[in-house]
Amino acid sequence: MIEDEDIAILLNDLFDIYGYDFTRYSKASLKRRIIRLCALDKIPSYAELRYKVRTDETYFKRFVEEITVNVTEMFRDPSFYKSLRDDILPVLGTKPFIRIWHAGCSTGEEVYSMAILLKEANLLRKSLLYATDLNPSVLEKVRKGIFPLNQMKQYSESYIASGGIHDFSMYYTANYGQAKFNRELAEKIIISTHNLVSDSSFNEFDLILCRNVLIYFDKELQDRVLKLFDESLGTLGYLALGTKETLKFSAVQSKFKQLNREKIWKKII
Amino acid sequence: MEENNLKNACKALLIGGSAGSLQVLFSLFPAIRPDFTFAVIIVLHRRNSGDSALSELLSTKTLAHTLEAEDKDPILPGKFYLAPADYHLLIEKNETFSLDYSEKINFSRPSIDVTFESAAEIYGPSLVGMLLSGANEDGTRGLLTIKKMGGKTVVQNPETAQMPFMPQHAISNHAADYIHDIREMADFINNLR
Ligand SMILES: C[S@@+](CC[C@H](N)C(=O)[O-])C[C@H]1O[C@@H](n2cnc3c(N)ncnc32)[C@H](O)[C@@H]1O
Repeated sequence: MIEDEDIAILLNDLFDIYGYDFTRYSKASLKRRIIRLCALDKIPSYAELRYKVRTDETYFKRFVEEITVNVTEMFRDPSFYKSLRDDILPVLGTKPFIRIWHAGCSTGEEVYSMAILLKEANLLRKSLLYATDLNPSVLEKVRKGIFPLNQMKQYSESYIASGGIHDFSMYYTANYGQAKFNRELAEKIIISTHNLVSDSSFNEFDLILCRNVLIYFDKELQDRVLKLFDESLGTLGYLALGTKETLKFSAVQSKFKQLNREKIWKKII
Repeated sequence: MEENNLKNACKALLIGGSAGSLQVLFSLFPAIRPDFTFAVIIVLHRRNSGDSALSELLSTKTLAHTLEAEDKDPILPGKFYLAPADYHLLIEKNETFSLDYSEKINFSRPSIDVTFESAAEIYGPSLVGMLLSGANEDGTRGLLTIKKMGGKTVVQNPETAQMPFMPQHAISNHAADYIHDIREMADFINNLR
């Protein structure tokens, strides 16, 4: 069994040696992921894990990839995407230029879903989608825009449920069990690593999406990251969180107004 | 003696269920006296719909407060908490919830094992785990962890379960301290301190 102190020591190592700060991550999840990684990689003891992470930078990268959760989907929560389509994009469409930030975008399924929405609203040509994550390896997948073909049936159903009216397969080419999404969608995607814990605001956005990332942070870090989003939003910009995340009880709450039942807030001051 | 009893007073009751367990909860809820002094945390396998209709439905069957667990919510005694659809539910050391969107386990999210194991580590002997009807192996590992950490486990009598596989799997793996039908489960809960 792994003790809490062991985890604390390891997290301090990561910070001292590599500058990555995981100390304000939710402990219950971290612990599960570390135990899972030790089982996956057949690491016999915690001391061994610590040694590997400290001395082997390649393994450190793997460690970060595996303790963060990268699960994602296209058009997850179709009613959320429907609200983007019906309520948000028409408003953004009145602007000369649209900047969107996907913070913690993982392998990019959410970013490509957004590009499809923008394309269908005829707004893609005047939009830029910033896709950022802590892990360079997931961003490589965003760049490629290739996702498993066996997921497409479900994604197509979610796409239709979100109000899509086209044949979803027109957005990709199927090849050897992979779906490669059209280049046109990727052209407006800007990819960069960005650590929400330590990096600062880098632009002003009309819409920020950060879904299913805050659940991995403790309250204090959640609050800090929400402040970062507040600073990165233009007036009347929108912030979208995961279905189980909220601005309620955070320091920036009073500056925002929730739009509807979906987890979308509008910045009012 | 007394101090010992106090230390091990039940702080949380976990109930895990899959196919056929909703009916059990509908009978169980009205039979549980609403002045219970611990938190009741329910992990059900359900379809991937994000709706919270289930907690509203269950809340009509009891006077106790029934709600979906929210991320970083404090876990309070006297309430029924339901794990939200499509997230794993974890327990933090400071007795708050954390949600987790990692891979499905036993084809399930939420997974009963994940919540049971996480709670066992936090609550130790002050925990009771209950496993109801289902057609899945989920729950057995979690119950074994609860036992190992000194908590108590109750499994629905498979003969009374719509889907006997899940409770039977737990029993065959020696994960059950008690095997109860629905009425006995209600009595057991009403006598928990
Ligand atoms: C569960 S995924 C969410 C993906 C997508 N937004 C969704 O909802 O489907 C969480 C992502 O957050 C990223 N992440 C975790 N900590 C981060 C941090 N400090 N800064 C930026 N990204 C982070 C992880 O690498 C992972 O890709």
